[in-house]
Amino acid sequence: MSLKIVVCVKYVPDATGDRRFAEDLTTDREAVDGLLSELDEYAVEQALRIAEDADDAEVTVVTVGPEDANDALRKALSMGADKAVHVEDDDLHGTDVMGTSLVLAKAIEHTGYDLVICGMASTDGSMGVLPALLAERLGAAQVTLLSEVSLADGRVTGRRDGDAATERLEAALPAVVSVTDQSGEARYPSFKGIMAAKKKPVESLDLEDLGIEAEEVGLAGARTEVTSATERPARTAGEVVTDEGEGGKLLAAFLAERKFI
Amino acid sequence: MAEVLVYVDHLEGDVRKPTLELLTLARRVGDPVAVHLGPGAGNAAGVLAEHGAVRVLAADAPEFADYLVVPKVDALAAAAAAVSPAAVLIPSSAEGKEIAARLALRLGSGLITDAVDLEAGDDGPLAHQSVFAAAFTTTSRVTQGTPVITVKPNSAAPEAAPAAGTVEELAVSFGEAATATRVVERSPRESTGRPDLTEAAIVVSGGRGVNGSENFALIEALADSLGAAVGASRAAVDAGWYPHSHQVGQTGKTVSPQLYVAAGISGAIQHRAGMQTSKTIVAINKDNEAPIFELADYGVVGDLFDIVPALTDEVQARKG
Ligand SMILES: Cc1cc2nc3c(=O)[nH]c(=O)nc-3n(C[C@H](O)[C@H](O)[C@H](O)COP(=O)(O)OP(=O)(O)OC[C@H]3O[C@@H](n4cnc5c(N)ncnc54)[C@H](O)[C@@H]3O)c2cc1C
Ligand SMILES: Nc1ncnc2c1ncn2[C@@H]1O[C@H](COP(=O)(O)O)[C@@H](O)[C@H]1O
Repeated sequence: MSLKIVVCVKYVPDATGDRRFAEDLTTDREAVDGLLSELDEYAVEQALRIAEDADDAEVTVVTVGPEDANDALRKALSMGADKAVHVEDDDLHGTDVMGTSLVLAKAIEHTGYDLVICGMASTDGSMGVLPALLAERLGAAQVTLLSEVSLADGRVTGRRDGDAATERLEAALPAVVSVTDQSGEARYPSFKGIMAAKKKPVESLDLEDLGIEAEEVGLAGARTEVTSATERPARTAGEVVTDEGEGGKLLAAFLAERKFI
Repeated sequence: MAEVLVYVDHLEGDVRKPTLELLTLARRVGDPVAVHLGPGAGNAAGVLAEHGAVRVLAADAPEFADYLVVPKVDALAAAAAAVSPAAVLIPSSAEGKEIAARLALRLGSGLITDAVDLEAGDDGPLAHQSVFAAAFTTTSRVTQGTPVITVKPNSAAPEAAPAAGTVEELAVSFGEAATATRVVERSPRESTGRPDLTEAAIVVSGGRGVNGSENFALIEALADSLGAAVGASRAAVDAGWYPHSHQVGQTGKTVSPQLYVAAGISGAIQHRAGMQTSKTIVAINKDNEAPIFELADYGVVGDLFDIVPALTDEVQARKG
């Protein structure tokens, strides 16, 4: 019996670009170049490592996003994933995290899974809650924010570096895992990998294929509303002095003036 | 007035500061009802009452410690069913956000995470968030169900507002999912004796410029002279010079102190994402073109190995 691993990857605007809001207060995805979220590369990497250790495993990467999100899938395929699923639909514009989790959960069920692996957070939205929502929706164990993960005898184990403690977690499959950027460097696609990726299958799905009504997603289905977005006045650079032996004293004087000492 | 559920973050009844901040914010929206899970509710009740909790709903069971996240979701769902609150407020820790997300899904509600401020609105609470590495401030509201909102530490100053704070037993029955992920081992983080990074009023951080774990003693000495927490950039953490639990930035902690001191840190966008909302920012860097100077209120161009010890001495001298 083959082990089915599904990796959720997101196509995000480049963080080093100038990210903005569009007129309808959704993230402007036109203005900035996008790419596979760097934090999801760690998820692809762990999926590939687990698959390499298993006798027989298949890694499917799934994304919910616009046409360009195909780039994120190609990158994951060139790293070594076997196949891809792209959920794309005009009605998805403006979908919030609740809606995204619904679409992803349906796509994952459609694909079939034993283990779902996500990144720790999107580099754009950065809520870090989607994996927990997937676990809730799928009725699978939630084993999230792992800095170390392994799979043996149908059980996932991992290390979670929490706020107050480090925990070792264990759960039986099916499970939803998320991995942090401490989990291990992601591999670079090889030339061979890039060539091979061109021939790997990408399945395109829309909302109808997944049995989701348009009203459940998009701006219409969103359960939150952004009522205003204002650009923060750029922090105005303050005084910058060059140390000529008095730097420490000058800094102390500044801190004293601001009543920190 | 309607009641608002406030999830209590605590260690065996020792309530953490962000919960007191939440109680203060909750009073803008309704009467705070604290939800205390695990041991120590009796201990916690005093400080919760002092900060405005009209009631403390308490449940204790081994499941809260032995399994990940879901038992707490079951308990909050039970509390929400018992109280019919106007909103549920949860501190924005990694675990807090996961609890909030699953709860919102069960309640059929919208979710807002990482709010930095909260006010009452005509149609429920309005949450302010800081997005895109703090380049934008947004106002949002939940349009469906009971609003579930997580709030970042240091979003408000805790105010005393004595209320009854009567402890009541909360009955919780755990669902099947509650015991799916077992915590087989837990090692609490060792206390450094310094303030907690996310709660501290002052944070002193070191980056690649600190150049070695032994040199972090300089950063720690400055932090101690100021009563500050110690932070680090990812470059310093990846080099193994300082523990990951101290990393500030997108994949580390978000801090919002009164004062942030960055020494030997260039100010990459991912680092900024975790510290840009600090009230006052001070930078020490030998490169006068380092981007950190763009957001510093005061910057010194020079060698941190000269400036940091000199500053530490000066702070100590001034404090006497
Ligand atoms: C997905 C992702 C997530 C990330 N998350 C984070 C995160 O959470 N936190 C984070 O910090 N980074 C994060 N990064 C990394 C980030 O992009 C930068 O690489 C990192 O912040 C650089 O750390 P630094 O400023 O210490 O090092 P550098 O950029 O190398 O800067 C070192 C600075 O020290 C100065 N310096 C050197 N010697 C001295 C001296 N003797 N005296 C004074 N100044 C000196 C130099 O002039 C330089 O400006 C992330 C990156 C990615 C892709
Ligand atoms: N649109 C999406 N398509 C596929 N995966 C996603 C999408 N959004 C989020 N994810 C996954 O969920 C993780 C956490 O996302 P978030 O809760 O948005 O921070 C990401 O690292 C991805 O693995």
